[in-house]
Amino acid sequence: MDRAAASAKIEVAGLTVRFGPTVALQHVSLQVLRNEILAIIGPANSGKSSLLLALNRMVDRVPGVSVEGRILLDGTDIASIPDVQELRRRVGMVFALPIPLPMSIRDNILFGPQLIRRLRKAEADRLIESSLRAAFLWDEVKDRLEDSALRLSGGQQQRLCIARTLAVEPEVILFDEPCSGLDPISTAKVEEALLVLKRERTLVLVTNNTKQAARVGDRTAFLLMGELIEVDRTDKIFTNPSHRRTEDYVTGRFG
Amino acid sequence: MDRWISRLLFLAACSSAAVLAAIALFIFLEGVPIMVKTGVGQFLFGRVWAPLDGEFGILPFIIGSLWVTAGALILGVPLGVACAFYLAEFAPRRWVNVLKPAIELLAGIPSVVYGFLGVMWLAPLIRSNLGGPGLSILAASCVLAVMILPTIVGVSVDAVQAIPKSYKEGALALGATDWQSMWRVQWPASRSGILAGVILGMGRAVGETMAVIMISGNAIHIPTSALDSVRTLTANIAIEMGYAVGEHREALFATGVVLFFFIMILNTVALRVARRRF
Amino acid sequence: MRIAPAITERIAKFVLMMSCATAVLALIFVIGFVLAGGLMHLSWAFLTEPILDMGRAGGILPAIVGTLLMVFVAVGIAAPLGVASAIYLSEYTIEGWVTQAIRFGINCLAGVPSIIFGLFGFILFVVLLGFGWSILSGGLSLAAMILPTIIRTAEEALRSVPSQYRDVAASLGASRWQVVTKSVLPYALPGILTGIILGIGRSIEETAVVIFTAGSAVQMPKSLFDSARTMSVHFYILAREGVSNQNAYATAAVLICTILIINILAYTIMHQMMRGKRAV
Repeated sequence: MDRAAASAKIEVAGLTVRFGPTVALQHVSLQVLRNEILAIIGPANSGKSSLLLALNRMVDRVPGVSVEGRILLDGTDIASIPDVQELRRRVGMVFALPIPLPMSIRDNILFGPQLIRRLRKAEADRLIESSLRAAFLWDEVKDRLEDSALRLSGGQQQRLCIARTLAVEPEVILFDEPCSGLDPISTAKVEEALLVLKRERTLVLVTNNTKQAARVGDRTAFLLMGELIEVDRTDKIFTNPSHRRTEDYVTGRFG
Repeated sequence: MDRWISRLLFLAACSSAAVLAAIALFIFLEGVPIMVKTGVGQFLFGRVWAPLDGEFGILPFIIGSLWVTAGALILGVPLGVACAFYLAEFAPRRWVNVLKPAIELLAGIPSVVYGFLGVMWLAPLIRSNLGGPGLSILAASCVLAVMILPTIVGVSVDAVQAIPKSYKEGALALGATDWQSMWRVQWPASRSGILAGVILGMGRAVGETMAVIMISGNAIHIPTSALDSVRTLTANIAIEMGYAVGEHREALFATGVVLFFFIMILNTVALRVARRRF
Repeated sequence: MRIAPAITERIAKFVLMMSCATAVLALIFVIGFVLAGGLMHLSWAFLTEPILDMGRAGGILPAIVGTLLMVFVAVGIAAPLGVASAIYLSEYTIEGWVTQAIRFGINCLAGVPSIIFGLFGFILFVVLLGFGWSILSGGLSLAAMILPTIIRTAEEALRSVPSQYRDVAASLGASRWQVVTKSVLPYALPGILTGIILGIGRSIEETAVVIFTAGSAVQMPKSLFDSARTMSVHFYILAREGVSNQNAYATAAVLICTILIINILAYTIMHQMMRGKRAV
């Protein structure tokens, strides 16, 4: 237990999130280990997205929200970090539907870094290439970086969003159902990227698709109606879960 | 740094609200005392406006404003609503991109130009064909109708376009023609939005000054026919402000107070109406 | 007697089309009438000479200058103030009774007749603050008058930017102000500019407010504290006094041309900016 705690990148303790009167998450406690992909599964309205939003304090932007409990990033309580922008650069986020900004591919990627400082051309070019390569998009767009991002296909746009998030060099990346709008080939490419990305970073993946969790997650957490039912190694969750509800969900008895 | 920006912006928003408060404050301060002194009832319903004798009854102007506005609405609303429906539903797409800005252009023409045209062209026409002095309620109504047309058309087009397409498609699927669908489904559905636009147009008509000064004749009396000359509330303020002193000036401010209240009421009603769903 | 629906349809469509045609014809008539009567009397001399003999002779240069200065003051004050207010209302607050109240106030202000602004400007700027009849008084009063328009159009433009853009910027570590400047303002700019241009148009055509606050001096204004007339005021005086129909028509023609140019400018700018943002 201590060894696991020592390599926990994120520690969530007693997290309760309320949107007005509605309780989205109740007393959720779990850990996200370094360099792992933690998959979070559960039916709709189970609080998966709320959990993600809490991890980079994006949930603070929702009016009427109340957050209790503690979230530690590398041992530091994220609520006590004075500069929330700093936190969001360390914990990046990729949303469900691709949201390319209506500008060129190049400008999309440089958007984040240039919030802090101007980049020299050589530096910018290097950053663009490395981000796009890491998102497995470089080969497809390297000749048309000045093109509008809106012209890319859905799968390419989502990988662009991943590249854009990578450009701020986060330590953790949160994925909120990133493949929900994508075809199987694009999904496969995104999953391929995830497996490579986790070597240097820690990833949290919320997914509606249990098979995706089985393919990609190192550990899997099952949320139901705001409560954490079970979190364990993926193979155990899917072959021999400890809770009956988990078994019901992964075998498809309800969804 | 972010905090300072936030505070600056807050200050800006407050000052904008403060402008409204200031306007209300100053107008009221100047105008309410004389209204109270004359007696509010006497002020609003007194038929005699003789400032040099200390008589301040603004009923003739109220009635003048009402007649002129009513005329403008009678002429302008059917035309405007019909125009809006045509633009929103039946006009070819490419035309709409030309027609809608064109009609909005009508709103940009200075009111004094409208007044001038009325004097040069419309009033003589009325005088020779229908009698009366020409500079009349009828002339003012015609010109005001054209002036409020853009407001009515603009808001109505938005109201009609806001109706979900599924309503029309449902009607068509049941065998209705375009016109029937429009008359029985879209017109009732957009009524409240259109009504809000009409009320806004009414506000504009009541508030118009320069054009009515030029073509309504400015006679101080209670009119008996549409060919009579009248003076509106706004016209009276504008005409007499130049030489009014003392109580006379205060009475003009009091007229401003009445106008202010009236517009406030119209605005509130328009807001309520626009919110109402069918 | 029941008329067949198909026939009602044709009649109805015809009537509607005619209504639209009437409206457009009215526009063409107004513009045509003025331009026809006025363009022939327009000349470079007219635009650049001083006003002579109370308008019977000479040109309208002082009026043009007066208009420019007054619009400059009005927009110079109302635009920053209005856009800042709109940004605050749209991006920095949550909907509550405070914002409702402010918005109600702004909507009412938008409907207040221009003559009231004239009275207000007279009492506050001309008398109380002692600016006298001046371009400054006129500009400030006009600023108050166009403020609500600018705030309303700016707020609408800001609200029409999809909320996802804000989310993306925030998730990449942008501060609130950065979210506004980097991912909201660029897309709201066409709408905001339109509002400002609308404000310019209203300032140019407004007559009652200007007469009450800036007077109607015929001389060329030398400072913001001088009284001056705008083109609309000059036109009104010429028309009312029946002083010179010729010059009246010509002034009106200048006015209408200015308005037309401004409107066309507004539309082209809007189109250019929107195209630029669409496909980069």
